[in-house]
Amino acid sequence: MKVSLNQKILSRNEECAKKNKAFFKENNVFCLNVISSPGSGKTTTISRTIKDLGDQIRIGVVEGDIKTDTDAQKIRDAGGEAVQIETHGACHLSAEQVYNAIKALNAEKMDVVIIENVGNLVCPSAFDLGEAARVILLSVPEGDDKPIKYPGTFAEADTVLINKIDLMDYIDFNLERVLADIRVVNPDVDIFQVSATTGEGMDTWYDWLMDKKNKG
Amino acid sequence: MHETAVAESILRTIIVEGDKAGAKPVSAIISCGQFNAINDEVMGFAFETAAMGTTCEGMTLDIKHIPLRARCKKCDTTFEFDVYKPACSQCESTEFDFESDAPLLLETIEFEENE
Repeated sequence: MKVSLNQKILSRNEECAKKNKAFFKENNVFCLNVISSPGSGKTTTISRTIKDLGDQIRIGVVEGDIKTDTDAQKIRDAGGEAVQIETHGACHLSAEQVYNAIKALNAEKMDVVIIENVGNLVCPSAFDLGEAARVILLSVPEGDDKPIKYPGTFAEADTVLINKIDLMDYIDFNLERVLADIRVVNPDVDIFQVSATTGEGMDTWYDWLMDKKNKG
Repeated sequence: MHETAVAESILRTIIVEGDKAGAKPVSAIISCGQFNAINDEVMGFAFETAAMGTTCEGMTLDIKHIPLRARCKKCDTTFEFDVYKPACSQCESTEFDFESDAPLLLETIEFEENE
């Protein structure tokens, strides 16, 4: 006996993502889902954003890691509010985990919620968390072949931050190739070249963030 | 490795459907797009492992990969997108729009015939 379902496999996650989206909309909160490889500078970028924009907008952070609350602590040290999710082995955050975290964060009081996903360039992109925009971070030392090796991840980005551009002179990194490869799978994506350490280019990212936040 | 979460989700549905049908599942077909990043070997292993000790133990899982189609902005041809040759199959233009990538779907489940 054959049963035809044609059912979305991740429908449970999608239902919960819709719930998160409704929560953010209702409370006028702009939510970002930040995805990258481990070590590309997600926490540093978010910390600097809080330091530089913290007097204009209230930013809350949901931190996803396999183990430890090190990153939530770094966010608090930068003056931000953070809730840590430890996934204990899972390679991505689910919408349900985020739902619980935003309640703990009192996210309704925030202007912007930034979700720092588990460091991984593949798995997190399959899980909608209810975010308004998806930010992919790619750092110069990772190499210029990443966009073409992970096309699905870059295809679903609303913005790409190329981080650690201060290291460009020391590393064999073909920026033209990276930009061209990103454009192949995502022709209209906003791309910013930044260094979260030196601050170079961060203004362009802040302008994007404030503009999107204001437009909702 | 997100295949583990996908496997658990499929399994939940199959067990529920199996209870409804009152029959043991023997096989299922899932389909996925190009951006879901589903690896057949990892998916098969994740499913096999998750199914252990359940009514789904030993059943087979077939995975269909649905090509991603794009439409050329210059000549309006629709073609199968190939990441190794990202250009229109007709005029070789590199300006095109993607049609939406196929979602992850549990298409069918086959159950043992009841006596």
